[in-house]
Amino acid sequence: MKHDIPGDAAWSVPVRAGRAITLTALAENANASMLIIGSDRLDRLNIPDTLKSQMTARIHAGLVLMSDRGLALATVTASTLDWHDCLTGSIPSPLLLLELAKHGLSEADLHGSINFFTKVGIDADARLAFVPGHATVGASVTLRAEQDLLVFISTAPHVLATTPAGGVGVQIGAAEAGGPAGLRPEALRALELVR
Amino acid sequence: MSALDQIVEPGAGALLTVPAGGRLRIVDLHGNQAVDTLFYDAHDIDNRYSAFDTIRAQQAVYLTTGSRLMSTRGDELGIISDDTCGRHDTVGGACSQESNVIRYGGHTRHQHACRQTFLTLGAHAGIGQRQLTHNVNFFMNVPVTPSGELKFDDGLSAPGRYVEVTASRDLLVLISNCPQINNPCNGWNPTPVQLLGWW
Ligand SMILES: [Zn+2]
Repeated sequence: MKHDIPGDAAWSVPVRAGRAITLTALAENANASMLIIGSDRLDRLNIPDTLKSQMTARIHAGLVLMSDRGLALATVTASTLDWHDCLTGSIPSPLLLLELAKHGLSEADLHGSINFFTKVGIDADARLAFVPGHATVGASVTLRAEQDLLVFISTAPHVLATTPAGGVGVQIGAAEAGGPAGLRPEALRALELVR
Repeated sequence: MSALDQIVEPGAGALLTVPAGGRLRIVDLHGNQAVDTLFYDAHDIDNRYSAFDTIRAQQAVYLTTGSRLMSTRGDELGIISDDTCGRHDTVGGACSQESNVIRYGGHTRHQHACRQTFLTLGAHAGIGQRQLTHNVNFFMNVPVTPSGELKFDDGLSAPGRYVEVTASRDLLVLISNCPQINNPCNGWNPTPVQLLGWW
């Protein structure tokens, strides 16, 4: 399945366990803000738990994305970028709220999101600055679904960006077996609980 | 004369209504004690604290005096109006039995955790699993680095240090005094805190 989301749009798509979803930047200023909800439509991506379990402040390949209830939602199996922002959130667009509504969800289901293709740099005092031009056309990231997921993607520009929104390509297909190497024991425990 | 003067033991919590303009002070009586805190518009709990909107609004990760506590709708719920600690976290989230298992192993499954307190007290205000969001950890030190690393570190707080929030609208404040014993967030020894309020 392939679909290109234009800039300033929103989409929701199911990704079954064992499938992979690949996002590709179609423009230099692409941003894909993603919310992930687990198979029970309640258990959500929990950014703080994902970060503190894996001692990171950014999303990159070799991480397991974890839910509120400590379950693996997805594994970041590949990424051409070593930094996707997950500290600066996103303002929910009316289109994103409509996508939530289609599934009986609402703003009560909003939670921390990942801004794929966006980097907001951190200085020594933990002050933040948007990094223009972080993603180039063709940059991509692949997630393997570890349970049946509902994925919400907004292509509204990042709030700190000064350029218009770019589009994002989405491809969903069978996940490659194995990998990635180097998962931390915490990530393996989160995976064990859904297998 | 304060409207509120309450000791909260570790593993316990509080559900408070703070009116617009009211000042809520949390005192770290013994030092290095994480106080997990959530804020909601008292008249519409869907308009709730948003950690990452708060970080983006100030373009800085740590919270201190002047930090505006933002909601999912972009409203200012409150502002940190005084702070003798100097740095508070809002990236690390709350401990839960489930995240304890992930981080420390299955033997921690039945230890008390902040999420248990949030769910217990929140139920009185219609705050359930869906309404729980990423919280503030007052007095907790979670450094992030320019290379994108994050860790839990010894606290910067000390006995008697306090932080004060002034409500920008009528607020529900849900507090868990963290019982975590598996990392340094409570100095390996959770201790009581004091809540003081003026309104
Ligand atoms: Zn806790």
